[in-house]
Amino acid sequence: MATGASHALELLGITCTFAAPGGGPSYTAVADTTLRVAAGEFVSVVGPTGCGKSTLLNVGAGLLVPSAGEVRVFGEPLRGLNRRAGYMFQTEALLPWRSALDNVMLGLQYRGLPDAQARAQAQDWLARVGLAGFGDRYPHQLSGGMRKRTALAQTLALDPDIILMDEPFSALDIQTRQLMEDEVLELWAARKKAVLFITHDLDEAIAMSDRVVVLSAGPATRPMGEFGIDLARPRNVAEVRSTPRFIELHTQIWDVLREEVLKGYQQQLKKAA
Amino acid sequence: MRFWLRFKPHAGNLRLWQLGVLLVFLGLWQLASRDVQLAFFLGEPVKVAGRVWSWFLPWPVAPNLLFPDGLSGNADIYRHLGTTLLETFLAFGIGTVLGLACGLWLALSPLTSAILDPYIKAANAMPRVILAPIFAMWFGLGIWSKVALAVTLVFFIVFFNVYQGVREVSPVVLSNARMLGANQRQLLRTVYLPSATAWVFSSLHTSVGLAFVGAVVGEYLGSARGVGYLILQAEGTFDVNTVFAGIVVLTTFALLLDGLVGRIERRLMKWQPRQGETEKL
Repeated sequence: MATGASHALELLGITCTFAAPGGGPSYTAVADTTLRVAAGEFVSVVGPTGCGKSTLLNVGAGLLVPSAGEVRVFGEPLRGLNRRAGYMFQTEALLPWRSALDNVMLGLQYRGLPDAQARAQAQDWLARVGLAGFGDRYPHQLSGGMRKRTALAQTLALDPDIILMDEPFSALDIQTRQLMEDEVLELWAARKKAVLFITHDLDEAIAMSDRVVVLSAGPATRPMGEFGIDLARPRNVAEVRSTPRFIELHTQIWDVLREEVLKGYQQQLKKAA
Repeated sequence: MRFWLRFKPHAGNLRLWQLGVLLVFLGLWQLASRDVQLAFFLGEPVKVAGRVWSWFLPWPVAPNLLFPDGLSGNADIYRHLGTTLLETFLAFGIGTVLGLACGLWLALSPLTSAILDPYIKAANAMPRVILAPIFAMWFGLGIWSKVALAVTLVFFIVFFNVYQGVREVSPVVLSNARMLGANQRQLLRTVYLPSATAWVFSSLHTSVGLAFVGAVVGEYLGSARGVGYLILQAEGTFDVNTVFAGIVVLTTFALLLDGLVGRIERRLMKWQPRQGETEKL
């Protein structure tokens, strides 16, 4: 694959080694991983729990400097934070003392947009994620799904070229989750941003992505395989799951993933012992 | 039996029972004070009430059964009460701002905090009331020596709360704000400061109380006006009724201040979930 401006995000030969607290043996979370996301492409990364998926995402965001390797954003080497990326975190990241609307306009305010303009745009985004009437609610007054929608609006309001998502829906119940997956796909289809989507749920990965990357069990995680997902779009995540092609892809990828999940589980047992 | 069932304490007649406890207490006190010797040490509730009347109200009362000497309507406590409250508010304001500033500064600069750590611990462990004579030397017997004493009490409460609060800002919230493009100043304004404020409010009840304590203790140790001064004067002439009246006034105003803080807190902290609030959708 050619390196160049056609790729929104490139992680090239990334290795992340963490020094153990107290000077024990250091821990290599990610080893020599190369991952490319083309502009407008939806790429999912699946792997067993604790395999360093989030580490990889933090490297792409510029929140974590890798021990070795290079990150390129639209062909340019990344220095500091990735200003062209929006990041949707796995856990609660909203400011609890700001209302939903004020949370969505946060990034716009940071950019120096006048308050009236930021408010109008934020209102617009809230409506787009289906929370038009809930702008004055504080996060604790919203349900888990509504908080996720607010976080989504907060991230998308800045119109980032790259969207990084770290298991964003893992805390939601299955129905809310499928609703939100469809909504994210719809929003993505309208704007075609590059998406790097981390999940441990293979169904979710296949249903949403153009490409699925399978990571090996940690430590020293690296990609085990890549699968192009040739399911027709637009997709409905609930319906697509019952198509023969989906099941075929699921079987193929699960064959690779299963062994890693077992390995990951063994390692966790060893760690706990 | 039926009579008891009706008056058994329950949620409905709680206020009645609370009032009953007070009346029984005052009755026993009044009864005990019929002994002249005991009255010298314990005072008399009726006389304490009379003293409070003369302090606050401008209307004299003619001699009657309860007050054989009558009551003068001096209304002369306001000067003293005003002084004590002014000291309290000044100390509270200055202590809070200083505590907030120092807490933010040390929490955001780990190196400074590591260097100053033993001295902060020492300053906090010191019984700060003993600073009163030094403050009296530095600032004289006016209000500022009392303000200084109360500030030292308020400062550490606010300081430790802010310090804790800033260091416990969720790393995810912080990363999120940074990814949304916040620079250092914006982080301070939109993340650290509101988080610290929440912790200041949680310490507000304690710190208002301590500001009051600092002001009164300062007055008691040497002053020319203030409720603490009134108590000191009364004690000098063995006027135990006036001492108790001062205590009653101080307690009442401490409760009022606490209520005020509670109201402000509820208004400003409406973003915080309260126990039992089920407004989720």
